[in-house]
Amino acid sequence: MTDASRTTESMAIRISGPIVTAAGMHAAQMYEVVQVGSLGLVGEVVKLVGDHATIQVYEDTTMIKPGAPIKCTGAPLSVWLGPGLVGNIYDGIQRPLPGIQAASGAWIRRGEKVAPLDTGKLWTFEPLVKPGEVVAEGRAIGKVAETPLVDHLIMVPPGLTGTVRSVVGKGDYKIVDTVAVVETQAGPRDVTMLQQWPVRMPRPIRQRLRITEPLITGQRIIDTFFPIGKGGAAAIPGGFGTGKTITQHQLAKWSDADIIVFIGCGERGNEMTEVLREFPELKDPRSGRPLMERTILIANTSNMPVAAREVSIYTGITLAEYYRDMGRSVAVFADSTSRWAEALRELAARLEEMPAEEGFPASLPTRLAQFYERGGAVTTLAGERASVSIVGAVSPPGGDFSEPVTQHTRRFIRCFWALDTELANARHYPSIHWLHSYSEYVEDVGLWWKKEAADWVELRTEALTLLQREERLQQIVQLVGPDVLPDGQRLILFIAEIMKDGFLAQSAFDENDMYCSPERQIALLRIILTLYRRGRDLIQGGVPLTRIRSLNCVPQIMRAKSAFGNDELEKLDELKQMVMEETEALAKEYIKEGTLLCTPPST
Amino acid sequence: MHTTFDVEDRGLQYVGSSRIEGPLVVVERVRDVGYDETVEIIDPAGHPRLGRVLDISEKQAVIQVLEGTTGLSNKALRTRFLGESFCLPVSRQMLGRVFDGLGRPADDGPPPLSAEKRDVNGMPINPYARRYPREFIQTGLSAIDGMNALVRGQKLPIFSGNGLPHDRVSAQIMRQARLLDEEVEFSMVFAAMGVKHDVAEFFIRNFRESGALARAVMFFSLADAPSVERLLTPRVALTLAEHLAFDCGQHVLVLLTDMTNYCESLREVGTARGEIPGRKGYPGYLYSDLASIYERAGRIEGSPGSITQMAILTMPADDISHPVPDLTGYITEGQIVLDRELFQRGVYPPIAGLPSLSRLMKDGVGKGYTREDHPTLASQLFACYAYVKRVRGLADVIGEEELSVLDKQYLKFGEAFEMRFLNQGEYENRTIETTLELGWDVLSTLPKDELHRVSDALLKKYYREKEEKPVCAAPLAEGTVA
Ligand SMILES: Nc1ncnc2c1ncn2[C@@H]1O[C@H](COP(=O)(O)OP(=O)(O)OP(=O)(O)O)[C@@H](O)[C@H]1O
Ligand SMILES: [Mg+2]
Repeated sequence: MTDASRTTESMAIRISGPIVTAAGMHAAQMYEVVQVGSLGLVGEVVKLVGDHATIQVYEDTTMIKPGAPIKCTGAPLSVWLGPGLVGNIYDGIQRPLPGIQAASGAWIRRGEKVAPLDTGKLWTFEPLVKPGEVVAEGRAIGKVAETPLVDHLIMVPPGLTGTVRSVVGKGDYKIVDTVAVVETQAGPRDVTMLQQWPVRMPRPIRQRLRITEPLITGQRIIDTFFPIGKGGAAAIPGGFGTGKTITQHQLAKWSDADIIVFIGCGERGNEMTEVLREFPELKDPRSGRPLMERTILIANTSNMPVAAREVSIYTGITLAEYYRDMGRSVAVFADSTSRWAEALRELAARLEEMPAEEGFPASLPTRLAQFYERGGAVTTLAGERASVSIVGAVSPPGGDFSEPVTQHTRRFIRCFWALDTELANARHYPSIHWLHSYSEYVEDVGLWWKKEAADWVELRTEALTLLQREERLQQIVQLVGPDVLPDGQRLILFIAEIMKDGFLAQSAFDENDMYCSPERQIALLRIILTLYRRGRDLIQGGVPLTRIRSLNCVPQIMRAKSAFGNDELEKLDELKQMVMEETEALAKEYIKEGTLLCTPPST
Repeated sequence: MHTTFDVEDRGLQYVGSSRIEGPLVVVERVRDVGYDETVEIIDPAGHPRLGRVLDISEKQAVIQVLEGTTGLSNKALRTRFLGESFCLPVSRQMLGRVFDGLGRPADDGPPPLSAEKRDVNGMPINPYARRYPREFIQTGLSAIDGMNALVRGQKLPIFSGNGLPHDRVSAQIMRQARLLDEEVEFSMVFAAMGVKHDVAEFFIRNFRESGALARAVMFFSLADAPSVERLLTPRVALTLAEHLAFDCGQHVLVLLTDMTNYCESLREVGTARGEIPGRKGYPGYLYSDLASIYERAGRIEGSPGSITQMAILTMPADDISHPVPDLTGYITEGQIVLDRELFQRGVYPPIAGLPSLSRLMKDGVGKGYTREDHPTLASQLFACYAYVKRVRGLADVIGEEELSVLDKQYLKFGEAFEMRFLNQGEYENRTIETTLELGWDVLSTLPKDELHRVSDALLKKYYREKEEKPVCAAPLAEGTVA
């Protein structure tokens, strides 16, 4: 204890990239935030040995010298929670990027300190409780219209229970103003519109729930074939350029979640700029309001410090949990979890930890599990049903799914959207491969879909089976060409082609195609399957495939997804009618007496 | 081994080192030295060599010597710390000049006069301050303009292989690149890492012939320069590019060649430091390191200038899943892939149809940018060409004669697409209109019904019915000029 008794000052003794070792840190705690050097670079204690602390620094450490002073803050890395989060864009440690720009221009200067939320701004607070009421943790004591889309509930912070002694009347307040005083066993406590919460700690809930409702994304291959439930977790792995980001953007735009948290983790700056440019202009299909009014962005791009990339995931998920606690359904998109895992690897290597698979730390699976487990459908402390859904992109080296991040991620998600380089090269987007992907939520959300279409399960199975049979037939075709196949089998090839082009492929940039409502998804699927069923009957009755191929309805089916909008379902009815009539006419031509069409029109 | 220091006229110097290994030198007991500080190591002959601090503690400084450790000895070496990280004096006067890989004049000219010094590591651009790139750059190459359009502020690398004509293709792009509606000329920043002298010569000659020399700055860290020096060369080049673009308001085209050599140097240093190697021995932080280079492209709100980046890399054994192309593809906004088979068949530029992609194309083409039909045309060409690849595979198995009539038409289309659309002369500069018309010409070799991605209105307007003559008398490539 000689070291501790000496009055040592905390100071850096070694600097190696983002890792700083400091001496004289006997008072430091694990995960405490410290400030390094005269610039006060933000860092976090990640290891303590004697009075030496290892610090992971979130900013560039160039020209930091041994002897640089270290200042402890006594608190773990925390985020600010309160009105003003929605519509904002933050870096990995919740510094607002607009604020940083105002302070230091177009380039992010290190040591810049800007508060995450504007403490001077006035918000109109409306009380929801009266003095004398007993309030428990998580209970809403008031609300603020944060954006036209989001009513922000001001909640009693976790761990606090008591009787409302006083509460302010409706009026304009700053987030740091006391809006209520709660009498607790430990005395009166002020409640403000601002909470702080350590990012590495999940926020409390009352109970986990089963997933019952789908997260409707408006993407046909996802909703119809590989649905994700509200509170579910999905991974979207794929090589470069296969469409992870665009798919996640599509989901962030069109999902029927109340709040979207998009974490750009170690990816491109321009992609965040694109979101910032697009989202304020795009309208939510349900409310008609700009999408930015429900979106929070975290941008720690690939050229920003790697330690902050590691923490950005936690920052994002903590914000999501906070809105979940208000009873909302929140969707979190992380692009890309592989870059986060690489940040872990890089930091572990600097800490000279023993590497496990491919240099990743042995704790990788635990860390992944901890992240995905922060999602889920829950009952909040206030007793409401709410959810956090997580969609994580995975960028496997060489597009090879056998690498550790993809493999471990698979253990903690239940929905796997496998992107395929060949499909992407052929410009079939989204390049989600229908045979390599799966969803374990199909049964959970089946009940919901049955309300839309009683035969949803059958339609889906029929379509998937068709695609599986096509794959097997293609293998034969590769060997001997299509001509040897009988018409019945070539019909499968033909319909599968229509299914791929007319249903599975969905352009993110086509006005009508980018968002496809559940009703329209079902209508399109029905049309294609009607043609399939009737085609099968016709061929059995001796009609050659070429006649079916050249029906007038065929090119129309192919173009239907982009020819009609979500509010033109009647056009799809007409198209289905056309399929029925044209096939009927063909049948009549070949079969004199009666009809061979045994397939009833599906409803 | 003891490190002592003495004071000379050039400031504090440490004498001796405790360890020299590969590009690294370890100097004991230094004082007041910062992480990433620039260092001068004075070799026994009295020549200074630049280096930088990779790891600093109270005990020792680990120094990476950028100009090689050959001839250094623990006893005879002296070290001077320069008190700042590696900086480059920047000025507009550097246009028209040639520098070495560390930014020192390599022509007969004097050191550039400049008041401004910039840390070559730069600072990250705030994503909030970026302006989304949208302006179409016409390169005059149909394969790029028509199918993989480049926009101002994009980073679009060329994935090539040994012996493929990436130098000629990139020189042609640099010669021909222009915007549709503005008569601004690009400034060029050229950084060569580990390439041979004749490649450097080739580019100098090209710049001279096209009259671009006065608008170009060149940084050469050639194959015979110490390999560690290359680690700074792209950063030095981009530091100047940022000055030209965002301080002087110029539009800068940056060409980095060859990034594979750069990555090899990085691997060398990693190995010397005893780091745990990642895939193929490259360090685990290769992605972040490359990103710190490639992300230095784009546009900034409120600044008229831009940086458009083209990095050339040769894929070892033509393997696109090799870590260097793989990680590059994960950072850049698409890639132009050169294809050996097309090259062997005499197609120039041999730009592969399917694996090439420009991700920013969608926002820079179409109505109001190039022409309304551009996105549809490109998408349909891609779809049809993808099918051609399948038909070719089938033809290999069952023979061409056995193909259906339609599939035979596809083969014809494929041929026309490659020989008339992709193929062009090294000095042939096609306008975007020519490219698009050519595209419709070759697309019209297929029946109308096959063009699912084209709306009826566009078909009516652009599809060439059989009796019509092609609008554009397709110029057969006049062979490539050596
Ligand atoms: N649904 C879609 N509709 C149209 N185009 C798409 C779609 N999905 C992807 N693309 C095309 O694919 C390109 C690459 O997609 P994206 O940027 O999402 O890839 P990525 O998987 O995120 O790659 P990286 O790992 O390198 O970030 C896009 O620029 C776009 O051209
Ligand atoms: Mg991406």
